[in-house]
Amino acid sequence: MTTHLPVLDPDAAPAVPRPAVGSPNADELFVRIGAWAAAVAVAWLITQRFLPLAGIPWFLIVFFAAGVVMTALLTTMTSTWVEVKDRVASAVITGAALVVGAALVSTVAFVFLRGWRALVHTNFLFDDMAGVDPKAAFTEGGVAHAITGSLIQLGIALVVTLPLGIGTAVFMTEVGGRFGKVVRTIVEAMTALPSIVAGLFIYAVLILTLGFPPSGFAASMAISVMMLPIIARAADVVLRVVPGTLREASLALGASRWRTVWHVVLPTARPGLATAVILGVARGVGETSPVLLTSGAANFMVTNPVGGAMNSLPLYIYNGARSGEPQLIDRAFGAAAILMILVLALFVIARLVARPAGARNRPRLTRRVVGGVRALARLASSLGSRGRRTASAAAPAAPPPPLAARSNT
Amino acid sequence: MTTLPVVDPSAPEAQPRRISRRPTGSDAIFVNAARVVGASVLVITGGVGVFLAAQTIPTFRHYGLDFLLGSRWEPEIDVLGIAGVLVGTVSIALIAMSVAFPLAVTTALYITEYAPARIKGLLVSLVDLMAAIPSIVYGLWGFFLMMPHVAELAYWLQRTFSWVPFFEIRGTDPNSPVWDTTRYIASAFCASVAVAMMVLPMACAVMRQVFSQTPQGEREAALALGATRWGVITSVVLPFGRGGIIGGTMLGLGRALGETIAVALIISPAFEVKWNILEVGTISVSSLIAIQFSEASPSQLSALLAAGFVLFMLTLVVNTCAAVIVNRSRSGADDT
Repeated sequence: MTTHLPVLDPDAAPAVPRPAVGSPNADELFVRIGAWAAAVAVAWLITQRFLPLAGIPWFLIVFFAAGVVMTALLTTMTSTWVEVKDRVASAVITGAALVVGAALVSTVAFVFLRGWRALVHTNFLFDDMAGVDPKAAFTEGGVAHAITGSLIQLGIALVVTLPLGIGTAVFMTEVGGRFGKVVRTIVEAMTALPSIVAGLFIYAVLILTLGFPPSGFAASMAISVMMLPIIARAADVVLRVVPGTLREASLALGASRWRTVWHVVLPTARPGLATAVILGVARGVGETSPVLLTSGAANFMVTNPVGGAMNSLPLYIYNGARSGEPQLIDRAFGAAAILMILVLALFVIARLVARPAGARNRPRLTRRVVGGVRALARLASSLGSRGRRTASAAAPAAPPPPLAARSNT
Repeated sequence: MTTLPVVDPSAPEAQPRRISRRPTGSDAIFVNAARVVGASVLVITGGVGVFLAAQTIPTFRHYGLDFLLGSRWEPEIDVLGIAGVLVGTVSIALIAMSVAFPLAVTTALYITEYAPARIKGLLVSLVDLMAAIPSIVYGLWGFFLMMPHVAELAYWLQRTFSWVPFFEIRGTDPNSPVWDTTRYIASAFCASVAVAMMVLPMACAVMRQVFSQTPQGEREAALALGATRWGVITSVVLPFGRGGIIGGTMLGLGRALGETIAVALIISPAFEVKWNILEVGTISVSSLIAIQFSEASPSQLSALLAAGFVLFMLTLVVNTCAAVIVNRSRSGADDT
């Protein structure tokens, strides 16, 4: 066999530069843009000229269907069946994602648009509905009592669930054992408890059996029953990903288990815990059904959680929407907008806490480990200083050892 | 100079130290305190379950098995049966899932496979935000914005697919020139559109998380073999994420079963075993509780609690199945 070397042909046309990988060539661009341009025309023809399909929804549906068909047709002209499937799938998936996006946008926009007329009046934020006629103009009355009620109920619920929830998570991850498994199973099972059943439980026990009046306290108990398993479970998930080596390092340095939890495990998991708690709160603030059963609805400002009926934002919205009175419905939309702003704020805080601005580009685990190592270093130094203090207390006359000797020990 | 340790023959023989895992001192305090916290939470959460379970006993003693099998709910003549209510609950949840499932899968695929890297983080946040929006807001959206359109869609479905038994609407004539709007609104279908919005982001978040854990090596192997993007999805991403798809769907189903406010806002109550999903009137366990609790006598209240317990059991079974499926699948035991 002989080896043929390539011969340079001076008359050959200059090589065509290959297009960059991933960017479409002219053919593909034509298929992509042309198909959808054709789809607009076809959709117009079908909906406006051929068939009695008036309205924007029909236009969009026909446009999308025509676009998919056109893409498939144009692709078959130049490429194989494999590519046709790929293009069609990509169009359908993108379209469905757009539908979901549109639904989200429509929800937010609709609530704000309908709530706008009530929201623009400042008294809507700072007044309550005491003595305000249901038909009164927006210049009278507001939802201050509902906002206050929501915050009070949520505050009480948080005071109850935060220590219990995180304490349970600490128990499940740090102590564990057979009993820990039982607790974990039950807590996970209770996350399935529908919120209305939690409300009904408190209604039956606290209000009917023990004779408490419907109040903010009862409502916050209902919210607590609902939130406790959620927070405990989320915190459990967060604590479980704390690397075991950090715990072992801390214990090896001579820290007690409590100090390990307090100085190493919890600080390491802090962002995750904060996210878990805030998302639990966001869930709790929007939950209507437990509140509906337990708090009663006052239309005036109540700040005493055990002092009878107390309103809250979700309940105010629910009652307003069911009232059938246009003015009250618009107020309900205003309150819903406020509730959404509240949830959005909580959500943004959760994101910021979970992802501090300085460490945005570092991967998560590294950050966790770095944080844990720092906590360990602090712990080591505090243990070391305590050791030195006791040593120097035992021998007060001894001069402090030279620096070099200390670092060697 | 090296000194060797001197063996002292008269010393007592070294005994192995007794090793004990029993915590002592402050550790014991910590362990026991944690145990107390765990036990108290166990008592609280377990207490709810036990209390609900206990409430079913007087109910079954009073109403017998008819409580589960009967479909009439007439407190005035003391006849309570939740068969119709359960059928309503399940039908709303199933329709909601059949709307939400395809959208959730495709949205999750879009976010992991198609979205430009720059906006991926934003999209993930948006889906999470969607999951955090209170259900009452989706209730308002479903009731005031979507209901007329959904009724129109129901009308169209009835006319076009009149041979499907589920789509029959009693008391209407699909061919009449003027359609009677009141027969098409406030149906299980309307409620499930709002419920679908609520469970969609939840299911989507689980699926997205699982899809994003697809091993990069397998993805690249498929690409290197000449697979298109769709080829990668069908041959690598979907098989890998099957557990996540099923688990996310069932988690969403569990949430859909328990949804109260959006359903209570939209439906008009009707107590019967009903398969006509487009027709006005239905009921679900949770909305039954929300509507009936205030005028219930003690025995009816325990009936409501028993209905709540049945719902809880239903949700629990669905959620447990979801957890088992997600944990067993290759994509692993990552909780949401």
